[in-house]
Amino acid sequence: MPDMPHSPSRTLGPVGLYRRMAGASIVAQLRYPGTFIIQAIGNFVTTLLSFFGIWSLFHRFGSIAGWDIGTVAALYGLVNVAFAVAETLGRGFEVFGGEYVRTGSFDRLLLRPRSTLLLLLGHELRLRPIGRFLQGLFVLVAGLWLAPHVQWSALLVLPWAVAGGAAMFLGVLIGQAALCFITVEGLEVVNVLTYGGVEAGQYPLTMFGRWLRRFITFVLPLAAVCYYPALFCLHHPDPLGLPIWIGALSPAAGFAFLGVMVFAWQRAVAGYVSSGS
Amino acid sequence: MQTPLSTSDAITVRDLRKTYRIREGGSWRGKTRDIVALDGISFSVPKGQIAGFIGPNGAGKSTAIKILSGILRPSSGEVQVNGLVPWTNRVAHVARIGVVFGQRTQLWWDLSVGEGLALLRDIYGVEPERFARNRARLADALDLGGIMDQFVRQLSLGQRMRAEIAASLIHDPDILILDEPTIGLDAPSKLAVRAFVHELCRDRGTTVLLTTHDMHDIEALAERVIVIGHGRILADSPFEDLRMTTLSERILELDFHDTPPELTLPAGASETAREPHSITITFDPRQIPAPALVAHVGHLPGLDDLRISRPSIDEIITRFYADHPA
Repeated sequence: MPDMPHSPSRTLGPVGLYRRMAGASIVAQLRYPGTFIIQAIGNFVTTLLSFFGIWSLFHRFGSIAGWDIGTVAALYGLVNVAFAVAETLGRGFEVFGGEYVRTGSFDRLLLRPRSTLLLLLGHELRLRPIGRFLQGLFVLVAGLWLAPHVQWSALLVLPWAVAGGAAMFLGVLIGQAALCFITVEGLEVVNVLTYGGVEAGQYPLTMFGRWLRRFITFVLPLAAVCYYPALFCLHHPDPLGLPIWIGALSPAAGFAFLGVMVFAWQRAVAGYVSSGS
Repeated sequence: MQTPLSTSDAITVRDLRKTYRIREGGSWRGKTRDIVALDGISFSVPKGQIAGFIGPNGAGKSTAIKILSGILRPSSGEVQVNGLVPWTNRVAHVARIGVVFGQRTQLWWDLSVGEGLALLRDIYGVEPERFARNRARLADALDLGGIMDQFVRQLSLGQRMRAEIAASLIHDPDILILDEPTIGLDAPSKLAVRAFVHELCRDRGTTVLLTTHDMHDIEALAERVIVIGHGRILADSPFEDLRMTTLSERILELDFHDTPPELTLPAGASETAREPHSITITFDPRQIPAPALVAHVGHLPGLDDLRISRPSIDEIITRFYADHPA
């Protein structure tokens, strides 16, 4: 045949291909709009209920350890919005063990001339977490409204914090998928980092003991993507003594964490290719 | 000194070895044990050939296919497919091959066949005009017209396999690897798949590597058969040679309208069964060619009909494995 097998000039780049795959997955999800709407509403309601738990606590006691309801609501909103973004993007990694490793269809993915990360990101752009996203946004706005010293100009940090938080949670999902090459049993443990991270991120750092505080600062950079940016926006001095401007920079730690997890993923795939199991 | 691997062959494999290390008992600290899946295999497939790759389960077929597909790295040995080493540049390699795994789908369950092909167009970066041409050609040859708009999960197995084959060829690969392409298919679907692969090879010069348990696939398609067992190549020859070396046996059945007469048979032929109206003779065509034997029995009184048959291929392969124990 005269055609060259591959003409790079016409090939869609990674972004273009991601948009195509995401588009196809949205079409597939919206094929049953009723199901989608019910799931999204369910997602909204269940996540909102968990906030009522916190709200009733503060309603009863006014403030806890010097933290007011507005600050805690802002933290809650921030971590949930970030997690919802990661859930939307990282579905392919979340289901990797069950849908790719167990069934052997990861081999099929390797047969495609694209990066495995891109193909798994394109597995599904999940619409359902829109419930958590909207609910988190709603609580975030309410929290900012109620908080006493909001720096309105500092709110520019919020999208950056959401991006850092989403990157961190996506990193957790990628790390979880990388672990699936070793075992697909007992990976619920990783949920401690995702759902547990969301729970922990909802509370100010000082409410935790030293061990957990260190963990969510230095291992999983949860404090860097939620707590410090929130302090920065709310102009709330850090009881642990760090300067306030740290919150404008710290979301970068979420991307650093993602980078480490991507590296771990590449190593895990290389290991899979050489061991075949 | 080793000579460099030939580049005129589509596939070249030299002294390929793969050892799996498995953990016994599945625990983290358990002992490990090595399993040799490929114990030094060498072969090459010239461009445009259909080569059958057969062997029992656990013989090493799947391992070899995975290595050739670029999704598994061997322990040692050299491989070139289209001039590339599959595992050193997976992306460049898989862009130029097509692979069909009979038991796994490469399409998307929730998309229609047409949508899936369009997504593959973008994954492989096929130009729109070439895609339109290939899609039309494949839809015609594989009779996909009626199922383009159906969701993959709604297809029958036969329809799905035809769609899978189209999906594996949408980017004009030079090499097609078919792993059990007819498994579970009904007879008409099997025939359709075989006819298509035959045409693909004839009209487009595509090199095909075929693994199957269905010996009729091999008989219908493969010009050449590589038999693998215990991680080694047991035979690599034209199919007819394999048949001749393993079993030089033909069967001649004679039907009579009355009680069959007593026979005197030439050397190399013997009567193996006698019924009220028929006789079965087994013969070795190297000692007594079929025409000579037919001439010998053709004048028998009361002979109605005669048929010559060859032993089934399954029988040949079974005996072949029995002759090459572990």
